[in-house]
Amino acid sequence: MNLVRAAAAKLRSWEGFLLLILIITVIGNAIQSPVFLTVGNQINLFQLSIEKIIVALMMTLIIINAEIDLSVASMMGLSACAFGWLFLHGIPVPLAMIAAILVGTLGGAFNAFWITRVGIPSLVVTLAMLIGFRGLARVLVEDRGITGFPEWFDAMGQQPIIGPFPLALLIFFALLILLIVVLHFSAFGRYVYVIGNNAQMARYSGVDILRVKSILFIASGTVAALAGLLFAARVGAVRGDVALGFELDIITIVLLGGVSIFGGSGSIFGVLLSILIVLNLRNGMALANITGHLQTGVIGSLLILSVLIPNIRQRIRDALERYQAAR
Amino acid sequence: MDISKLHPQLLRVLALLFVLVLVVLFFSVVVDNYLNARLFNRVSTSVAIIAMIAVGQTLVVLTRNIDLSVGSIVGFTAYFVGQLLADHGDLHPLLAVLAAVGVGGVLGAFNGVLVAYGRVPAIIVTLGTLALFRTMLVEYADAGSITTIMLPPWLLELPRTNIFSIGRLDFRLTVGIALVVVLIFHLMLTRLRFGRRLYAVGSNPEAAVVAGIPSQHVVFFAFVLCGALAGLAGFMFLAKFGNITVVAGLGLELRSVAAVVVGGVNIFGGSGTIFGVLLGAVLVDLIDNSLIRWAAISEFWRDALLGMLILLAVATDTVVLRQLNRLRRHRATKLTDQSTEPAAESRQ
Repeated sequence: MNLVRAAAAKLRSWEGFLLLILIITVIGNAIQSPVFLTVGNQINLFQLSIEKIIVALMMTLIIINAEIDLSVASMMGLSACAFGWLFLHGIPVPLAMIAAILVGTLGGAFNAFWITRVGIPSLVVTLAMLIGFRGLARVLVEDRGITGFPEWFDAMGQQPIIGPFPLALLIFFALLILLIVVLHFSAFGRYVYVIGNNAQMARYSGVDILRVKSILFIASGTVAALAGLLFAARVGAVRGDVALGFELDIITIVLLGGVSIFGGSGSIFGVLLSILIVLNLRNGMALANITGHLQTGVIGSLLILSVLIPNIRQRIRDALERYQAAR
Repeated sequence: MDISKLHPQLLRVLALLFVLVLVVLFFSVVVDNYLNARLFNRVSTSVAIIAMIAVGQTLVVLTRNIDLSVGSIVGFTAYFVGQLLADHGDLHPLLAVLAAVGVGGVLGAFNGVLVAYGRVPAIIVTLGTLALFRTMLVEYADAGSITTIMLPPWLLELPRTNIFSIGRLDFRLTVGIALVVVLIFHLMLTRLRFGRRLYAVGSNPEAAVVAGIPSQHVVFFAFVLCGALAGLAGFMFLAKFGNITVVAGLGLELRSVAAVVVGGVNIFGGSGTIFGVLLGAVLVDLIDNSLIRWAAISEFWRDALLGMLILLAVATDTVVLRQLNRLRRHRATKLTDQSTEPAAESRQ
């Protein structure tokens, strides 16, 4: 009996609501197109947005920590362009790949420095670097496109490696498991929540806030750089506008997953559900011949609704409580 | 002269002027024939547009919010009014301006309702409407674009109209309009009750509510005004460029935030001046326009430098204010040690 009640409570939660939407979207898509539920289409659907969802996983931790990283998309562009630039200047591809990821680590450390040492809010720092990293990317490649990478590099982004799974998807699953363990089953994960909930309290409890935040931003930069490389491999080309505007999708996915923008609450599971919803929705819209721009508009509305609906729900609940208390 | 006795805002404006002079000096050394009338004309006309948006952004940032959708509002209104004038060429100019301001105001009101009454954080709302308004534009344009031949002649004349000229320095009408708007909003912020309320809501929201200020309405109107100013900027954008596509105004939100932050408005709300913002807009634009003419480095550096400029501006602000406050507190405790009088000088 208790189990049933717990399950019912779970269903009434945000995750339950997401699950419901996911099921509706999947059924709707399946009716619309017979190929939708094939393994090929499902992998393809992941593959088309794989870089965004990899970054979204890391962003989950940042937002739970009550911070934000708006510079991720620009970092993806910068790492891809750095890779292209190094390739163009005759650096061996494996070395260039390592260097590109290091660029992400450095960029993340740069963000972390201004946020933790100088004490500027992450919103401002990463907004500035949204412009700054993108600017650097354009300095590197100007307005040309770089192609002609070795075949094995392009194959890494396009061909399946184990069974039907391409490398990027395997990286996604590895990161997913890693972050579930870190966030939900480790002391560091508890620190992330505690700081997001109440930084003052965390400090008095002896949590090294600056260290936790630094680690998160450095990890965020590194993961974004990795995602930028994967993008370069998948598309087989690098341009200054790689991943332009991706931060909107990434943040939408995280917030739709039930992570509070004020920090302190949310889970990787919720974000995983929201990833599935956004991917299926985009795929469904594409199947229904809805153009890319309209899709962006739908995602934008979803972002607003994902915060507005819980707010309204909370207010109705408060009003009901007050009404019952009055009686 | 004890520097800590100056008002922080005055200090900021002086510092900005100092940096402006430095930038001009630097570029006049590295670029041949840098200081000429063309530079003045180019910078003043493009500042006229960005200053409108930055003033609107200031109103919003003062209340501890942010509006990232202004670039999309500029694009949408520019296209909308362009289409309107293409369809009805005999429309009175004033009505066209009103249409731009009105459309901008409605879009701003949409943001305002969600932020003020829906209690959704501004960064979320405006990140969403940044995409949403742009989508509206793409749908509305339906793969079309506005070109100069579709527009009435008076509109194309407008950006070339001078109020007066000194030698080859032209004071354009659009620059004049921008200066009037800046002045009006400066007076509003310093003299009118609504202006003071913007500061009150931003510097301490709880205290503002306790003091009986209708915070929600204040925030709502800040967004409406910001949208309306972006609409006016959209009109000027249309007049200046004549050719409008669906990417019009892309990225202006970041430039406006840059101008506001560099101009010394606290990103946490509650402090900042319109004149500071005007100087911030001039500085951002001057660096942009100067880098293009500096042959030594690629013009692609401008965004990278703009990002650094924003960071440095906020960092110096944070560090300097922290030091000033420490100095003040230090002096206040000394005062209370000497006499029994309480320390009154503890404002930020």
